[in-house]
Formats: sequence, structure tokens, C-alpha cells
Amino acid sequence: MSARALPFAVALAAMAMVPLFSTSPFYVNLTSQVTIAAIGALGLNVLVGHAGLNSLGFAVFPGLAAYLVAWLSTVGGIDPVFAALVALGGTLAVAALFALVALRTTGLGFVMITMALCQIVWGAAYRWTSVTGGDNGLSGVPRPGGAWLPLEKPEYFLWLCLAVLALALVQLGRFFDSPLGVALRGTRDQPRRMGAVGYDVWRIRFVAWMLAAAWGAAAGLLYAWYHQFVSPHMMAVTASAEVLLMVVAGGAGTLAGPLIGAALVVLLKNLASIWIDRWVMLLGFTFVVIVLLMPDGIVPGFNRLTASLKRLRPGPAPKLVPRERADG
Amino acid sequence: MTFWVSQSLNALALGGLLFMLASGFSLIFGLMRVANLAHGALFMLGAYLGLAAVKAGFGFWAAAASAAVAVGLLGGIIERTLLRRLAGRTLPQVLLTLGLAFIIADACLMMWGGDPMRLPPPPELSGAVRIGDAVFPRYRLFVIGASAAVALGLWLLVERTRAGAMIRAAVDDVGMARAIGVSASTLFTAVFCLGTALAGLGGVIGGPILSVYPSLDQDMLPLALLVVILGGAGSLAGAFVGAYVIGFIYTFGQVLVPDLAYVILFLPMIAVLSVAPQGLFGRRLG
Repeated sequence: MSARALPFAVALAAMAMVPLFSTSPFYVNLTSQVTIAAIGALGLNVLVGHAGLNSLGFAVFPGLAAYLVAWLSTVGGIDPVFAALVALGGTLAVAALFALVALRTTGLGFVMITMALCQIVWGAAYRWTSVTGGDNGLSGVPRPGGAWLPLEKPEYFLWLCLAVLALALVQLGRFFDSPLGVALRGTRDQPRRMGAVGYDVWRIRFVAWMLAAAWGAAAGLLYAWYHQFVSPHMMAVTASAEVLLMVVAGGAGTLAGPLIGAALVVLLKNLASIWIDRWVMLLGFTFVVIVLLMPDGIVPGFNRLTASLKRLRPGPAPKLVPRERADG
Repeated sequence: MTFWVSQSLNALALGGLLFMLASGFSLIFGLMRVANLAHGALFMLGAYLGLAAVKAGFGFWAAAASAAVAVGLLGGIIERTLLRRLAGRTLPQVLLTLGLAFIIADACLMMWGGDPMRLPPPPELSGAVRIGDAVFPRYRLFVIGASAAVALGLWLLVERTRAGAMIRAAVDDVGMARAIGVSASTLFTAVFCLGTALAGLGGVIGGPILSVYPSLDQDMLPLALLVVILGGAGSLAGAFVGAYVIGFIYTFGQVLVPDLAYVILFLPMIAVLSVAPQGLFGRRLG
């Protein structure tokens, strides 16, 4: 095991051992929530951190997958595992269609179009009552498994989520190190030059988009099974914004950042709900504070701190090329 | 026939409101390259402030004017104290305006509660007029006229005045505009105030039609974004055409296919983006 993987392995092992130390299912379920959120945030990080495409409609992928699996396994009466596979395929098919629209722009245009796309699917979920149940959503979504794998039990479900998270970390870690991952960051920093030296910028971005959609869909399937219920709220603007906050707060472009951001946002949301019911306002203030005080996120800030402690001198010089100026 | 006439007038009224919302958004976007995602929340705040003023005994017109001024001032404060620190950085600006949108929306919910409230139209505009066979509320005709007047006023401001010439210069090239003596700093704040004041005014004017309720911002902002995507960011003409296109599609969609009215909005967006990614009247978004 490489030195880089060690902290992740320790963190995942610690999360897997939560059921051994806690008798109450509350902490086990909280850990499951963090894990599911982390999988989604890792997906969005491909776009925000590595492709430089700031999506404000990421919740559409988990939302589509969750609605598909919920509809197929309740109304459709299909086996949950098979329904999950169909939902994954369906979400990727819709994502490919959306890519044709969204990837025609970058920068602020991309922000607005992804937000609009997510709102449209939200609108369908909310208004198309005969199919989606409208505001009431779809309930009674069955979890897969059986006697040999009792996923009805919180600890077994947590271990399933952690297994998916481990898979996501391994796959994305390898992807970011691969030539394609390097090329993706090239299209983020210098799209024109990448095009000029012969890379197909659109196709590289398309791969990133589909990868993000796939992990978003995985998070959506786990979400539907965890709550055994889906509603339009999981595709609301606040839901997309929460995932974006996880990525930005933790540190976009890092592998550990989305995990730490997911833990932070989920814990904050759960703790806040004990004392006050103004989560939306707290979310808003968190955004403002993060942007003004910690624009790079926790992980890069921490890395800068340790690096400067090692060298006993201030942090690195500012970047010469501002990312926002690079247009496609 | 009556159905088509009266629904067309409804669509024109909604399009007019969308223009008030989207034109400010688009002006700010064109000049400062900021997508102000708090615009929908400011629209809603304007509606609530107008309602509060009417309930406090002010007339409708005084309420509309004071709500517009208050929202415009708030916009100016946001620009001066917060947005200015993040000039040129897309993601932090998006997060900041989104965070402000959540704060404003939740503050409205805290102040005025979750029940939808109706903002009464001014007495001189209540009642209905007959157009042929169709009976049409007088207030909606006023909204159509008022939004057209706002459009004309904005066009005159941007195309025919000295301040408008400075705005156009700064939209084209801020550095060059600064070099020849345009105070871009003042201009940015002024345009931000104007754009947000228009959103606040739109909220009050729209109050009697849309009524005032907590998720009004989340209903209006996506429509405004669609208008801007369709018409092209930074273009007044684009906002005008886009607002009425979306107004018509949304109004008729809601009546003819209520389940999928939102999905139908998607179609013009695909059509336009496949031909012109920058929108009908826009330049390329960086």
C-alpha cells in the first residue's frame, strides 16, 4: 500500500469500526450519511476541481438515479439490484444528453446551464405527480440483499457504503494520476493550448462529465436505499449547493478534500438541526464565511501550513495565470 | 379564441416581469462578469417589503418605490463590501451570491412566515376590462405597459445617454474605459444598484399576479437564468426577446401540459444552444 493511500485506509477503517463502538444506530447512520455525501462530492470534484467546470446542478445525477431505482423497484416491481443497474444506465444516458447542452459552454455559462438543467428535472419530479408522486415523493424503496447480506441492518448498510467509497477513491485516484487525468487538468488551465497541441478538449471534458455523473448516480442509489424514500428536495438548488460546499470547503482538486467537506457539512447539518431549524440560513452564512476566509478550502490550507512549517518560510508565490481568464 | 387571447395577455404580463428580473441580471453580468444568483431572492425581498409597506398603510406606488430603493441600496452594499473583494474570481462569486440568496430567503421566511400572501393591486387598477370577448384584469394590462416602459427607459439610458455610453465602453473593455477616465468603480456600484432595484421593483409589481410566498425566489431565478441563457448574457435586447419567449412557453405550457411545463422550457434552450452557444444576442461567455 502506498504512503498516499494510508491515511484514506485508516479513515475508512475507523468509519467501518463505528458500529463496534456505538450501540445506538444514530452514529452508524450518521457515518453512512457522511459516506454517501462523500461519494457524491468526489464525483462533483472531478468537474469543479479537475475540469474547472463549476456545476451548480450536480444534484440532478443522484436525483435521477434515486428516482429511477425507487420507481423501478416499487411501481415497476423489479429486483433492487437489477433496478439499480437500469437506474445507473438511465442516469448515464440522460447525462450524455445533458452533456451535449452543458458542455457547449464554460465559466459562468456552465454554472447557469447546469443549474437550469437541474431545475427542469426538479420541476418534472415536483409537478409530474402521476409518475413521481409530486411533493410526497416515492416511499417504501426496498434495499437489496437477503439472508446472506442483511442490508436492513444499519451496520451492514454502512459497510456497503464504505465499500463503494473505497472503490470511488481507488478509481478516481488512479484516474487523476493517469495521462487522461493530467490532460483534463490541462484543459482546465489552458483549454486553447490543449486544443492547439491536438487534444480533443470537448471529449476530455465529456469523460469527466460522465465520470462525475456515474459517481453521483452511485451516491443517489445509496441515498435512495438509505432513506428508502425519494423526494424532489434532493434535487433542489440547496441540495446542489450543499455538494458544491463540500467540495469547496474541503478543497477542490484534492482527493481528501471532498471527504472532509462531506463530513463537515453533514455533521454541521445534523448538529444544527438539534439546536436551530434554520439550516438554510446557516448554509448561506457558511458559504459567505468560507469564501471570504478560506477560499481554497481546508485541505490546501492545511497543506500550505505544513509545507511552510517544514521550510520555515511563507507559502508559495501566487499563481501567474489566473484560471478564470483561460477561456475556451 | 378567447382562451388564446387571454392566455397571450397572461404570457405578456409574465414576460414583462421576467424582463424586469432578467434585464438587471444581464446588465450586471455584462458589465461585471458576475452572475448574481441572489437576484431571485432580491426579487422576493422586494415583494415582501412592498407587502409590508402596503400593510403599514402606505399606498401601492409609495410601497413599490420604497421597496425598489431599499433593495437597490442593499445591492449596492453587497457590491461594495463583499463582491468587490472577489473581482475576477468566478467560483467564489457564485458561492457568495448563492450564500446571500439563502440568507435573504431564510430571513424572509423567518420574518413573514410560510403562508402565501396576496399583495393587493392599487385600487385604480383593480377590476377588469373587456377586450372583444375576453375579460382581462386591468392590473395585468398595467404590468405589460409598465414593463415595456422599463424596457424603453433602459434602452434610452444605455443607448442615448452619457452614462449609457460609459456602461457600453466598460462592457467592451474595462481597462480601456478606465484609461480614458471612466470611473469603473462608481459605474459598477451604480449598475449593481440599478439592477437589484429593478429586481425589487419587479417583485412588488409582480406581487399581485404571482402572490408572495417563500419559494418565489426559487421559482423565478431559474426562469431568469433561462431568459439570459436564451437571449445572451449582457444583452438588453436578448433579455427582452428571451423574457417574452419564456413567458409564452411557460404560460401556455402550464395551461396545456401542466405536468411537464417545466420540461418544455428546456426545448428553446436546446434549440438556441445548438445553433448559438452564446445565446441569441450574446457574446461568447468566458
